[in-house]
Amino acid sequence: MANKEIAGKTVDVNADGYLNNPSQWDKDVAIEIAKEEGIELSNKHYEVIEFLRKTHESGETLTIRKVGKSGITDIKGFYELFPGGPLKISSKIAGIPKPSSCV
Amino acid sequence: MRKLVILGGGTAGTMMANKLRKALSRDEWEITVVDKHRTHYYQPGFLFIPFGIYNRSDVEKSKSDFFPSGVKVIYSDIDKIEGEENRVLLDGGQVLHYDFLIVATGTQTRPEETPGLTDKLWKKEIFDFYTIEGAVDLQKFFKTWEGGKLVMAISELPYKCPVAPIEFVCLADEFFTRKGIRDKVEISLVTPLPGAFTKPIATAMLSELLKSKNINVIPDFYIERVDNDKKVLVSYDQREVEFDALTIVPVNMGADMVERSGLGDDLNFIPTNKFTLQSEKFENIFVLGDASNIPTSKAGSVAHFASEILFENLMNTIEGRPLTAKFDGHANCYIETGFGKGALIDFNYETEPLPGTFPLPGIGPFGLLKNTKMNHYGKIMFRWIYWHILLKGKELPVEADMTMAGKKRVSL
Repeated sequence: MANKEIAGKTVDVNADGYLNNPSQWDKDVAIEIAKEEGIELSNKHYEVIEFLRKTHESGETLTIRKVGKSGITDIKGFYELFPGGPLKISSKIAGIPKPSSCV
Repeated sequence: MRKLVILGGGTAGTMMANKLRKALSRDEWEITVVDKHRTHYYQPGFLFIPFGIYNRSDVEKSKSDFFPSGVKVIYSDIDKIEGEENRVLLDGGQVLHYDFLIVATGTQTRPEETPGLTDKLWKKEIFDFYTIEGAVDLQKFFKTWEGGKLVMAISELPYKCPVAPIEFVCLADEFFTRKGIRDKVEISLVTPLPGAFTKPIATAMLSELLKSKNINVIPDFYIERVDNDKKVLVSYDQREVEFDALTIVPVNMGADMVERSGLGDDLNFIPTNKFTLQSEKFENIFVLGDASNIPTSKAGSVAHFASEILFENLMNTIEGRPLTAKFDGHANCYIETGFGKGALIDFNYETEPLPGTFPLPGIGPFGLLKNTKMNHYGKIMFRWIYWHILLKGKELPVEADMTMAGKKRVSL
């Protein structure tokens, strides 16, 4: 556990830069983390982030497939919004834990 | 008469039928198993078929050989579960009422979920080895194949037996080396995971191993479609991997019956309490093996360890006690690494695979996260254990709960 200054707030992050406590997240934090990832957030990004936070809060496991079926974007669109590793990067920006594959 | 119904007579369902028939009085309890297939496959053996190490006859037996007497067996498709009514509807209109239901309908491969996969190259230059037919076809293909780009690809998570693709590329390395054409075969492992395996310490060990065998790993590759004309895999972010022969783990999904029953998630796996193994929706429905969504490997070892917990909890609930047994996600997997050696991993929900010895601390005989001959013998011996001990629900000298004894905590 480490504290990090993001958008003027002290937040608790893990070694990979993911928030340990989703309740410390707000939009300013999201903008700042997105900047570090080279992403400028659009409304579409926020819709995805909101979906991620809600799904995470309900205790469900998130998958790329699930985001693709969310009605917000399809899988291809998800990759275009968060290039490289869409679920990993979007989860970081959404302030939820790094997705873990549990196989 | 009280009624217990088990849907699925594979590894999980057969183990439970054996355990429960012994424990529950025949005067009070009727136990029924439903399965549509009459053949029981030793699925860990499918891996060896493409390389001619096993043949079809080594992995097939009749299901009926493993069900205990005093259990009613119905060979039929299942229409759906009506949880509110405590009943199961079978194809053809038969209705089964139950006091308790165990769903053990497993996971199936769905090649049709990936565009282009079942197109013109399917079963000609594209194969799977998760079905008996696929494994046998691949054996025939490899007999005359003269080399080129061999790609082993994983379509979607989760999938059954997470280590099988790693074993496949290791055995392919050995097979083509012995054939004298290894220099003509380029072997790649394409995976949506960030590395060879999910957990960091095991990934580090396995990556090193694959590198030493000159096997490429292409990580973070999420397959969108297969282009049959160009013979490439295309990812959602438009990267391409060329192949001359493609072996694929198709998308894995739970039974369609689960979807018709309104019990599944988006891949038809059943939301299940990961500790008690009770369905999230109905108190008298329990889920065992690959059919559940619990966050651990879809593997026979998991079904085996979980079956002991489920047995305890079923007896608890039948006798009016709370569900005190808790599953820890224990998995134990032998990994064939080729040339007569193997590795072994042992882990659970909380603890990733660590180096050490198993099952006896400091003694073994098996080495955890080590590449040894003894581990390979363990895998070979396991087929006998599976048919004669495991399916019959008899005790194995391994605890259901994972233990830290014999494991070393390490950091990367």
